[in-house]
Amino acid sequence: MRTGASEQEMKGKKTKPINHIKAYDSETLLALYQKMVTIRKFETLAGELFAAGKIPGFIHLSIGQEGSSTGVCSILRPDDYIITTHRGHGHVIAKGGDLKRMVAELMGRRTGYCKGKGGSMHIADFSLGILGANGVVAGGFPIIVGAGLSIKLRKTDQVAVCFFGDGASNRGPFHEALNMAAIWKLPILFVCENNCYASTTRTSYACSVIDIAARAKGYDIPGVSVDGNDVLAVRHAAAEAVDRARRGEGPTLLENKTYRRRGHFEGDPQRYRDQKEVVEWEQKNDPILRFASILKEKKLLTQDLEDKIAAGIDADLKEALQFAEQSEWPKPEEALEDLFFNF
Amino acid sequence: MSERIISCSAAIAEALTEEMSRDDRIFVIGEDLVYHGGIFGQFKGLPEKFPGRIIDTPISETCIVGSGLGAALTGMRPLVDLHFADFTTCAMDEIANQSAKIRYMFGGQVKIPLVIWAPDGAGLGAAAHHSQSLESWFIHTPGLKVVVPSEPADVKGLLTAALRDDDPVIFFQHKKLFAKEGPVPEGEYVIPLGKAAVKRSGGDVTILTYGSGFYLSTEAMKELSGMGIEAELIDLRTLKPLDFETIAESLKKTYRAVVVHEACLTGGFGAELVARISSELFDYLDAPVLRVAAKDVPIPFSPPLEKFVLPSVEDIVKAARQVTYR
Ligand SMILES: Cc1ncc(C[n+]2csc(CCOP(=O)(O)OP(=O)(O)O)c2C)c(N)n1
Ligand SMILES: [Mg+2]
Repeated sequence: MRTGASEQEMKGKKTKPINHIKAYDSETLLALYQKMVTIRKFETLAGELFAAGKIPGFIHLSIGQEGSSTGVCSILRPDDYIITTHRGHGHVIAKGGDLKRMVAELMGRRTGYCKGKGGSMHIADFSLGILGANGVVAGGFPIIVGAGLSIKLRKTDQVAVCFFGDGASNRGPFHEALNMAAIWKLPILFVCENNCYASTTRTSYACSVIDIAARAKGYDIPGVSVDGNDVLAVRHAAAEAVDRARRGEGPTLLENKTYRRRGHFEGDPQRYRDQKEVVEWEQKNDPILRFASILKEKKLLTQDLEDKIAAGIDADLKEALQFAEQSEWPKPEEALEDLFFNF
Repeated sequence: MSERIISCSAAIAEALTEEMSRDDRIFVIGEDLVYHGGIFGQFKGLPEKFPGRIIDTPISETCIVGSGLGAALTGMRPLVDLHFADFTTCAMDEIANQSAKIRYMFGGQVKIPLVIWAPDGAGLGAAAHHSQSLESWFIHTPGLKVVVPSEPADVKGLLTAALRDDDPVIFFQHKKLFAKEGPVPEGEYVIPLGKAAVKRSGGDVTILTYGSGFYLSTEAMKELSGMGIEAELIDLRTLKPLDFETIAESLKKTYRAVVVHEACLTGGFGAELVARISSELFDYLDAPVLRVAAKDVPIPFSPPLEKFVLPSVEDIVKAARQVTYR
């Protein structure tokens, strides 16, 4: 039987604490903080709604991975693209997704992003360059290659970002996409969120490499591993890759080392890991607590401000929930809309 | 043979335990099998009983099916687990071009004792990527046997037969049925592939169904009975090879048929059944054969939408009344 995270794997995750802080103004730093807390609170609410039976189907939460989604999306422009996974709420929020329409979609209402047709695993906002979450692991890779190719053909300086998990990097589409993006120098950022698990399976069992970033070597593109729970380290690495992409120098594989603190899905019995491991990450390596303590040290965040930010997000989420709960269910016949239908 | 009430999941574990004890060439390969005994608990207890023969893989459907096929070609008898039938798409070449064709294409030199396990079906709010019923894609692929069981005893008997079969068998079981309980024979129990079951006799109309359609039809028959319409229920169990004899026998008695399946209407297995019935039993028909199926859209997430798209008990009652003109 395989055991929990090894000492070495755990240590590997935490690099030097937040060392780029001087490069940023306080507004940027507080915006990062606010975004991470928004994602955390959204995911917490989603978990509660699911437990209360208000969200049908199943949901996958990104609690503990906010540094990655926030850090990467914080350097993107509104006209850049992202594509995401079954664990995609955080990416959608980080790219500017509307909380009301997100909660409404999770609850299956007609005011939701996909009119209730998609649910948690299929949220998209094409107007914000969010090309959609995906229920099929690794489903995003080929599509992002197409987005990158389109950018190149249209001769713009947009970039396209593909978020994916460690598990997805074991599927063929990952390898095909990296190769194709590399030979055509497409403006793509492949962002692996290595959260130590793919469902019940430890990454160290299923992947031939310790660092997913090492897989970049096979395609002769840069591969960078960073501490994914250090939002500034993520942002810094993503910024370099995005600059490179905009300059027409091709794709980068960025690996954000992090940890999946919730079960694979809500309700997962988690027989594959010791809860001690989870608690350790919670206490010692929470991306929000780590960032907050640095901000406080630098006197950029006070208790007052922290409370004020929290209260503002709580109010937004309360409003989003109210909006969703007061929204109508879709009418059954709406199931036949949005598709060519000849019967 | 004595019976007890157990779930479909338990029936699966039982069939595998018996067959794996009997034949050490059988192994199970797929994602996330060991820790939770499969995502529906259908392999519970097996990793402990058969160490090294329940194999967890990376997320690599292409290689999961492909390695099963390669092992089958070289002396093993694998069962590959695909988590959800929706992910057959990720291994379509290995299923449709390789597994289905190798025996024939190479002039019958080899056998392919491979079982592909693919839980399917909707009704759980799992949306378009986790809810499909795809059996007709594989029926349309010569070389594959296609099994869609409904009750726990069928699951045990058909799985045992599939594991003993020398051709690739794709086994679709509805996700909602794993927890369903029913009487299951103890000990060795084999249902030959290609044998339908008349699960209830009646003289007014034949209902042809399989998988989740069996449960829906059973409900509908209670209502029909109340209206004085006695339906005969045939659970096809294996769609390919098809037991057309049992179908013909029933139709020669009832002169009417309704086909029920959860897969969407157009190009579904119902179309094949209607075609065969009209070409081989035309003289026996007193009414057009009707199909009850899901609407031709991807499965939507929100419960009112999903419910609307899926076939219902009322749809079956309505169709049965229509063909009996009552
Ligand atoms: C092609 C495919 N295979 C299997 C699954 C079932 N599944 C859903 S998520 C998941 C694990 C994904 O792991 P990873 O890529 O590391 O992402 P994480 O869940 O850790 O964010 C699996 C096996 C799927 N949805 N699609
Ligand atoms: Mg993972």
